[in-house]
Amino acid sequence: MAAESGKIDPMHQFLIEPLFGKEWAIAGHNVAFTNSAMWMAITLAAMLIFMIGGMKRELVPGRWQAAVESFTGFISSMMTTNIGPEGKKFTPYVFSLFMFILIANIMGMMPVGVVGVHPFTVTSHLTVTGVLAVISFAIVLIVGFWRHGFHFFSLFVPHGTPGYMIPLIFLIELFSFLIRPFSLGLRLFVAMTAGHILMKVLAGFVINGINAGALTVAIVSIPSFILMIGITLLELLVCAIQAYVFALLTSLYLNDAVNLH
Amino acid sequence: MDAEAAKLIGAGLAAIGVGMAALGVGNVFGSFLESALRNPAAADGQQGRLFIGFAAAELLGLLAFVVAMILLFVA
Repeated sequence: MAAESGKIDPMHQFLIEPLFGKEWAIAGHNVAFTNSAMWMAITLAAMLIFMIGGMKRELVPGRWQAAVESFTGFISSMMTTNIGPEGKKFTPYVFSLFMFILIANIMGMMPVGVVGVHPFTVTSHLTVTGVLAVISFAIVLIVGFWRHGFHFFSLFVPHGTPGYMIPLIFLIELFSFLIRPFSLGLRLFVAMTAGHILMKVLAGFVINGINAGALTVAIVSIPSFILMIGITLLELLVCAIQAYVFALLTSLYLNDAVNLH
Repeated sequence: MDAEAAKLIGAGLAAIGVGMAALGVGNVFGSFLESALRNPAAADGQQGRLFIGFAAAELLGLLAFVVAMILLFVA
């Protein structure tokens, strides 16, 4: 569809393909090592290098340790302000979530295309973000029912609701609660997908303009390229904001489970 | 009307929703800045709420984008 308007297909970057042979299978299920899996592994490696390099626990922190500590301090202060003192025990989970999403987003923006490697954004697939959202939602449910038992359902009836309104309010609140994993996963997935499609469409303008001759280079390619530089900076900002929003909303949902209202 | 043409028109109409979300996001940050300049001391404490409002406003625009993408590439 999009390929008809030019030779560049903006959706091709999201293609998942096996890297080393398609025949890997366990009990009939294909478990080929895909480019998605490889970029997840790269994300994990980058995260491990960043964390281990900064966890030397020196009394006077160097630059690296200060960088790591600013991230951990950021998340742990977010947990304390949103959940309270009991939020401390969720810090490791939310921190891993935040760092994984942040690094995966930024890895997808890396300009490794200039050396012939195709960067792949792990978080631009609903399967990945959906699983992250379902894990968050499952933790909320488990914590909520563990701590409050069936009293957890009082979350769906705000204080001071008149008696005759309770059935309606209960349904609305239940629905808005159940929609959370979808909105959480969908937001990250669509934000990353939309940004990458936009950049590839602009890149298509640049390439097609260059192919069409000197005049279109001047009036199409160069303005598109300048716009692309700006959009790239904006996308880096979106990478950080989406990781932050995911962690923030997870902590708010956890707050519901821990403290009810 | 041709089904293909209807799909493209639908995708174009869905793009209006993305623009509307731009209004919403601009409103969130604009109102925040307006009140933050009135009372800068209280601004930092409200940053979490700022991003919650941003996320809620942005999500609806992204849903419109999903509708457009489904019409173009899936339906």
